[in-house]
Amino acid sequence: MSDNIEERVRQKVVEHLGVEEDKVVANASFIDDLGADSLDTVELVMAFEEEFGIEIPDDAAESIQTFGDAVTFIKANT
Amino acid sequence: MFDLTGKSALITGASGGIGAAIATALHGAGATVGLSGTREDPLNALAGTLGERAHVLPCDLSDAEAVNALPKRATEAMGAVDILVNNAGITRDNLFMRMSEEEWQSVLDVNLTSAFRLSKGVMRGMMKARWGRIVNISSIVGATGNPGQANYAASKAGMVGMAKSLAYEVASRGITVNAVAPGFIATPMTDKLTDEQKAKIDAQIPAGRMGKPEEIAAATLYLASPEAAYVTGTVLHVNGGMAML
Repeated sequence: MSDNIEERVRQKVVEHLGVEEDKVVANASFIDDLGADSLDTVELVMAFEEEFGIEIPDDAAESIQTFGDAVTFIKANT
Repeated sequence: MFDLTGKSALITGASGGIGAAIATALHGAGATVGLSGTREDPLNALAGTLGERAHVLPCDLSDAEAVNALPKRATEAMGAVDILVNNAGITRDNLFMRMSEEEWQSVLDVNLTSAFRLSKGVMRGMMKARWGRIVNISSIVGATGNPGQANYAASKAGMVGMAKSLAYEVASRGITVNAVAPGFIATPMTDKLTDEQKAKIDAQIPAGRMGKPEEIAAATLYLASPEAAYVTGTVLHVNGGMAML
């Protein structure tokens, strides 16, 4: 089940940022490695909220910098 | 031209002269309109005149919780908010030296902070839709200043600065944020002026007359339209030439 979460997060990232799947690794920074701008990261968080039916508060959203951060947060909050 | 069929617009201050004209213009172009304001009777009357595609959404813009809830209520009523017109405004005029904190704060809250809250509230939907229009109804005094209106002028100038900053942030998502800055507009408020006072005002205006609410509505309709997609972060002054900015 947890792998499933990781895969769903990865799909959202691929979809939103238009990057290759194999680039989306745990320590990949959305902004530094995956070409996101700051607004893209806001949209990604919105997409995660909808995909997983959770609410990600602004301060938590700011701490989600990498793909691994996102997966960790979502696993802990679903 | 200016076809808003299928678009939904939320207009604050729709119980006032300019707000009602804006709502009427957007509705006339095919938009579904959400009429917000504090006074429910004029909103119901306007909705009755417009007929279909008009929703009454009363809201006290000095109440933070009510303001934060308004975008959701509007979305529930209309399905979306594609266009937001921050038109509501109050004045609490006083000489700067006599202006109380309360006079300052209440005007900033209703005119500027509510525009911030509402813009934030509708942004998520606009980002997802990759389309959105925000039009802030500012004022000529936001650009020129006016004695006795430090609070009002600050709020109206603030709406411009906010619009420009937000315009930068969301331009790549198909969302435009602009302001309309009316000069002197004939409304029930200006009807109370004496003929002598009116003549004095008219003499300051190259066009030789006050503007009509419909003329502010027309500028707003343009900025809300698909045709204005490439216009963002700008201020459209509608003042009969009184200040050529």
